[in-house]
Amino acid sequence: MPKQIKLQIARYRPEQESEPVFNEYEVPCPSDWVVLDGLNHVKDQLDGTLSYRWSCRMGICGSCGMTVNGEPKLTCATFLADYAPGPVRVEPLRNFPVIRDLIVDLGDFMQKLVRVKPWIVRAAEKPLADGEYLQSPEEMDEYKQFSMCINCMLCYAACPIYGLDPKFIGPAAIALAQRYNLDSRDEGAADRLEILSEHEGIWGCTFVGECTKVCPKNVNPAGAIQRYKLNAALESVKSFFLPRGA
Amino acid sequence: MAQIAEHYTEYHPRWLRPHISTYWWLRKRSYFAFILREITSLFVAWSAVFLLLIVDAVRGGPAEYGAFLDWARQPWVIAVNAGSLLLVGFHAVTWFNLAPQALVVRLGHTHVPGSLISASNYAAWVVVSVIVGWILIGYGPQR
Repeated sequence: MPKQIKLQIARYRPEQESEPVFNEYEVPCPSDWVVLDGLNHVKDQLDGTLSYRWSCRMGICGSCGMTVNGEPKLTCATFLADYAPGPVRVEPLRNFPVIRDLIVDLGDFMQKLVRVKPWIVRAAEKPLADGEYLQSPEEMDEYKQFSMCINCMLCYAACPIYGLDPKFIGPAAIALAQRYNLDSRDEGAADRLEILSEHEGIWGCTFVGECTKVCPKNVNPAGAIQRYKLNAALESVKSFFLPRGA
Repeated sequence: MAQIAEHYTEYHPRWLRPHISTYWWLRKRSYFAFILREITSLFVAWSAVFLLLIVDAVRGGPAEYGAFLDWARQPWVIAVNAGSLLLVGFHAVTWFNLAPQALVVRLGHTHVPGSLISASNYAAWVVVSVIVGWILIGYGPQR
């Protein structure tokens, strides 16, 4: 096990550079250090000007997603030792505008997320006195997988369709829409289908499948989108044969 | 001190918007496999057109069908069809492997495993191939 490993970190300081450059830093490489530990070492000991996002350090907050040796990764869950003897190249997530160094602008996703209404929609709320909306474990199992999304954006970084057409709503937003569609307490599927049936919605996906491969929480956004397509197609057939509803 | 770029203003981010190369699909093996799958759709379309041409030739009577067979015996048509067979096979395999992503089947309280959904697609493929083969051998040209 090498004692040190070289990090090649993409730097983009808009006041200095119009194109990113790579700076190299030697950092310790104990077996329990993740890439984020290496970045923190650089920030604390070697170069305080390095900018990046991180928070929980345990794969929950989804803020430390970066490109590590060409692959989108959560840097808090990617061990430096796995890349020994190095070097390890750290870049910002692909397909997003870079604000500075390893920080990308996620505003586009935030706007899209709101459009798919990722919350429980009810036609009419029942009175508080009637109690909770009950749900069985089997009903919860239907959507639980999709509720594990932490908005880390690795799926968007891996999706070539989003890279080529930023209007595409994208994997995480669709998976989260599906999470609420499959929730037995929700009644907003028709509202969401209207938005997701647009060209930039589910039909924009050509099923590359990379979103599912890179997802650190096994959400399977590609599966969510394909299931949604099937559902949308059935709804179209139904509305054709039963234009006034069943 | 660092040189201040001409258009930089302190309080407004100057985003870097990286350009996506035309050859992005060569960057990763999985991207290349995806593009290959998409391209093979052309050969799926060719196979469908060829089938329609056969049907049309059969409808036209023995003379027209014979002329069609003569055309289909040309080396370039045989080469295109042999290539199409391989590529349509590849196309089918990729989709059978992806089928479990779109189909979620429940039996009672349990989900049917994805491998079983893929396997059922392959099984259906074999059954249909055997039936077509049986028809071709049974009703093909008499020796």
